[in-house]
Amino acid sequence: MIEPATNVKRSNLLPSGAIQQVLAFGALIVLVVVFSLASPNFLQFNNIVGILLATAVNGILALGVTFVIITGGIDLSIGTVMTFAAVMTGVFITNWGLPVWLGVLGGVLSGAAAGLVNGLVIAKLHIPPFIATLGMLNVAKGLALVIAELRPIYFNDDPAFNQIAMGSLLGMIVPGFEIPNAVLILFGLAFVASLILGRTVLGRYTYALGSNEEAARLSGVNVAVWKIAVYTLTGAFSGLAGVVIASRINSAQPALGQGYELDAIAAAVIGGTSLSGGKGTILGTIIGAFIISILTNGLRILSVPQEWQTVITGAIVVLAVYLDLVRRKR
Amino acid sequence: MEHPLVVMEGIEKSFPGVQALKQGRFELRSGEVHALCGENGAGKSTLMKILAGIYPKDAGRVMVGGEEVTLSSPGAALKRGISIIHQELNLMPHLTVAQNIFIGREPTRGLRFWLDEQELNARTAALFERMHLKLDPQAIVGDLTIAMQQMVEIAKALSYNARVLIMDEPTAALTDTEIADLFTLIRQLRTHGTGIVHISHRLEELKQIADRVTVMRDGQYIDTLPIAEASIERIIRLMVGRTIYEERPSRPNLGETAPLLEVRGLSRGRAVQNVSFTLRRGEIVGISGLIGAGRTELARLIFGADRKERGEIVIAGRTVNINRPSDAVRHGIGYLSEDRKHFGLATGLNVEVNIAMAAFQKFLAPLGVVRQSAVEGNAIRHVRDLAIKTPSLQQEVRFLSGGNQQKVVIGKWLTADTEILIFDEPTRGIDVGAKAEIYKLMNELAARGKAILMISSELPEILRMSHRILVMCEGRLTGELRSDEATQERIMAFATQREAVL
Repeated sequence: MIEPATNVKRSNLLPSGAIQQVLAFGALIVLVVVFSLASPNFLQFNNIVGILLATAVNGILALGVTFVIITGGIDLSIGTVMTFAAVMTGVFITNWGLPVWLGVLGGVLSGAAAGLVNGLVIAKLHIPPFIATLGMLNVAKGLALVIAELRPIYFNDDPAFNQIAMGSLLGMIVPGFEIPNAVLILFGLAFVASLILGRTVLGRYTYALGSNEEAARLSGVNVAVWKIAVYTLTGAFSGLAGVVIASRINSAQPALGQGYELDAIAAAVIGGTSLSGGKGTILGTIIGAFIISILTNGLRILSVPQEWQTVITGAIVVLAVYLDLVRRKR
Repeated sequence: MEHPLVVMEGIEKSFPGVQALKQGRFELRSGEVHALCGENGAGKSTLMKILAGIYPKDAGRVMVGGEEVTLSSPGAALKRGISIIHQELNLMPHLTVAQNIFIGREPTRGLRFWLDEQELNARTAALFERMHLKLDPQAIVGDLTIAMQQMVEIAKALSYNARVLIMDEPTAALTDTEIADLFTLIRQLRTHGTGIVHISHRLEELKQIADRVTVMRDGQYIDTLPIAEASIERIIRLMVGRTIYEERPSRPNLGETAPLLEVRGLSRGRAVQNVSFTLRRGEIVGISGLIGAGRTELARLIFGADRKERGEIVIAGRTVNINRPSDAVRHGIGYLSEDRKHFGLATGLNVEVNIAMAAFQKFLAPLGVVRQSAVEGNAIRHVRDLAIKTPSLQQEVRFLSGGNQQKVVIGKWLTADTEILIFDEPTRGIDVGAKAEIYKLMNELAARGKAILMISSELPEILRMSHRILVMCEGRLTGELRSDEATQERIMAFATQREAVL
């Protein structure tokens, strides 16, 4: 029996990768404690709902981008693809008069289509993901403006559409507990995303691509196909975010969207997803998304000007990436 | 008689500019461990990569189980039961052991989309059971030692029902106990009829594990011996062959002049361990050894490209602090990389700029303005002295031949007033005629009082150029020979001298 004495090189108290999650969770708790001590308004029900709602859209985008980051790639187009999908939803429902459910499906598929194009360009033309998705960022931005003819598309004819994000199933069950559906959608999607990542072949290859693409290829994994699938999935999540944001503000705003990608990528990275690939979890991304929205909310309550909020989030992202680097070097 | 597992005959393979294999031959029987030996560049790895479907062959036949086969891809070789384990392991460090072994072949339920993780771990556990290997299928591969990662690779190969297992330098990164474990595993496989090809530089090791030895030299098959007839001396003799010695100019010992460079106890990890030597003005010291012996790593430590963990560097009697290449340049050390295109030259820039590059401050007027005339004057001088063949000083160096590029690098270091020159494979990629010129130039530089350290994988080059020869093996200095006592055989003996003979 071969039973090497030095089986495992180092023993961590936690499985590798969990450390950043614990750190992030600790940071989340600290933020909540600090802000609730600093301002009595922070823990008000309305403010909490505000935070949850603010997390919903960014959180859904972050869930999607977590997949591509784990493959060692990046998707800079998620923000404007979200807008593109919102505009398409408006076109389907308001301009074409399709039923709401069909319009929503169309919106999600529009996002997925943009993701598919990203995937094809990256896997087949071998354009680096940074460049390919930077291109898509502009393409989607331009298309959204062209299709909407530079004007917002309103959903006033279909009150049901606004209910998708802003209605409250929970409030109907528990009166007074009016948490908007957008929050439920976020958690529902997080559950789906963690199933895909942890339990399916697609999830397995997502990690494999980021860990050692060449090894996966030599083992007979069709690397190109799975890469395209991952980018398409990320696009679909952007599409979902587009539906949610359109429903929330009851309109498709074609000029919105750019800048969202950085908050979403930041959420994933703060949550422990490694920009060099191979590592990341859905739970971490959700924690990261909450850190960003709580920070933004808390700083606003403390009357810190918006400009400074951006400075602080930026610094935190750099810090999170640095922590990841330090840990990898050991 | 039963067919041998594998027969390779008349295998030819060329890469641009080199014929890697000429009439390559190999035979592997079921249930044997067959060692493949040869110097650097003898064609061992190329031959085995053809067998594993990684390279296509130009000519020749490969037969598996008596049947001629075409191995067009690694996948095709796997189907024939041929697996190769590379020196750099091909694993996914973030995934578990079981996930690595079955990557691309995961057991699934329902729509072939949902993973069956239980089945995956159970299959892996069963595989380990058969191998008598105690390892948790759910351990993360990145947390395992190199030795265990190698076991995972072997397990993966066996999970494809490999009948032929090719291992390229499997013991290079292992400790003695780990090697013992590996050999236990190899012996088990042998009793089950697997044929194992063991590529190794460690000749002592072969006695323990190999049944037969095949020796290659210069891309050609030399001989196959049963292990009982293969003494280390005999293998070495076959490896180096009877090369016709080129002119061997006598290299007088320079006597006891004070050393210009003295290295004491230089160490970094396993790559370089406690290396000490001296280098005098006017002397060319050759560093010989097999690939992976730590020669380039040693040079990089002296040059400050990597950080040393221990040891000191003394130049002209003074201990100096070299933490980065700029420190080394300041102390008069120049490094001529084996990879000129990446580390030695700015290939898109012209000749005069490249020659000035390591000492640009010499050509600056106040406010950082470049004195073009000085750059040009300097370049003219070196182009003349070194006989660099270039249509003009404005020629981009990427259009020059390898030999002339090397001369540009030499000119660059001379411009920087370098006293100690470290040549790493000075004639790699340079044709025969130009080689002689580079040799002449190196001799002239030595005669002018420069101290030269020359790393080379070519034994004739080492023997021809060096006043003294240092031999490295696995990070340690295993021998030092004077020019008059050095032979290829003696160098090889030092180069294959492992620390602990098992």
